[in-house]
Amino acid sequence: MFSAIKRFSRNIIKSLFKKRENIKIGFYGPPNAGKTSLANRICKDWTGEEIGMVSKVPHETRNVQFKEKVEIKHKGKTLTFKLVDTPGIATKIDYEEFLNFGLKKDEAKKRAKEATQGIIESIQWLDDMDAVVVVLDAAENPYSQVNITIIGNLVARKIPVLIVGNKIDLKKADLSKIEAAFPDYDLVGISAKDGLNIEEFYESLFKLAKKA
Amino acid sequence: MSDKKIKGVSLQVVPFAEIEKLSISERVKKILNIVLGNKIALVQGRLRPEEEARLIEDTMAMVDHIKGFKGIELAVIEPNMKEKGFFDKFKFNLAKSLVGDSTSLTVIGPSSVVKEIRKDPKKIELMLG
Repeated sequence: MFSAIKRFSRNIIKSLFKKRENIKIGFYGPPNAGKTSLANRICKDWTGEEIGMVSKVPHETRNVQFKEKVEIKHKGKTLTFKLVDTPGIATKIDYEEFLNFGLKKDEAKKRAKEATQGIIESIQWLDDMDAVVVVLDAAENPYSQVNITIIGNLVARKIPVLIVGNKIDLKKADLSKIEAAFPDYDLVGISAKDGLNIEEFYESLFKLAKKA
Repeated sequence: MSDKKIKGVSLQVVPFAEIEKLSISERVKKILNIVLGNKIALVQGRLRPEEEARLIEDTMAMVDHIKGFKGIELAVIEPNMKEKGFFDKFKFNLAKSLVGDSTSLTVIGPSSVVKEIRKDPKKIELMLG
């Protein structure tokens, strides 16, 4: 009887820890908002290696990328999670847009094809997330339907959301616009490129993981 | 369903009653059929989040397979409830949950026709190509 209780409590403790270690945190947002830049900063800070390439050409990330067991230590607490970096979600893909960045026609067409598949993959992964960081470009108008659709889908699935306003180093950046557009969500402004406000981001990430 | 032509741009109005009882697939198919006909769909009401996600998924699958189709522009115009009182908001949400959201308007156009939809809390602008 005593050993059964002991085994039962050990299993509960194990499952609790297992759950925390298996948390999947997704990085979602429109293209070129800086999802991979932020994911790279986290991975470099805590695992020593980056997760993916970044570029000024939109849709650089065209496959879902993972980093298993990212362990972050902050103010005496530890958070272990699987980081899932997703391709940017858009409602249109025009290969001609890539030509403006110097890509050849064949490369641009290939990139466009891969980008469409990446968007489908991103959406299909939504159901698997335990929590999501929505990365928005703080210098862009936040009232885009893609942003509303992403956040609406997370809410409908009861997935906790943290909104990150990236690129606060830019002159045009305006966090108050994001705050006005999405007043019901936690928001933190950062510059993934410069590491600006990254400690505040980690603080918010711990709060997000707690809700998962 | 009715068609209106304004300076070469074709708009197709989809009344709420016409999509109310359709499944997700049927709604999305109906909208994409309009868009593929190079028309702008004005849908009375708004799609549910999962329908919007499905619309984007199906759009991307079509971009991959239909020559010349590059995607859609999408925006939802909703009544401004921010400055309304508690009871107005309550009535609005109750009506929405009982009869569905027919007070909003969803604009969906092919990206070859609608270059951009600029939206902020006070206005919506359709930039036509």
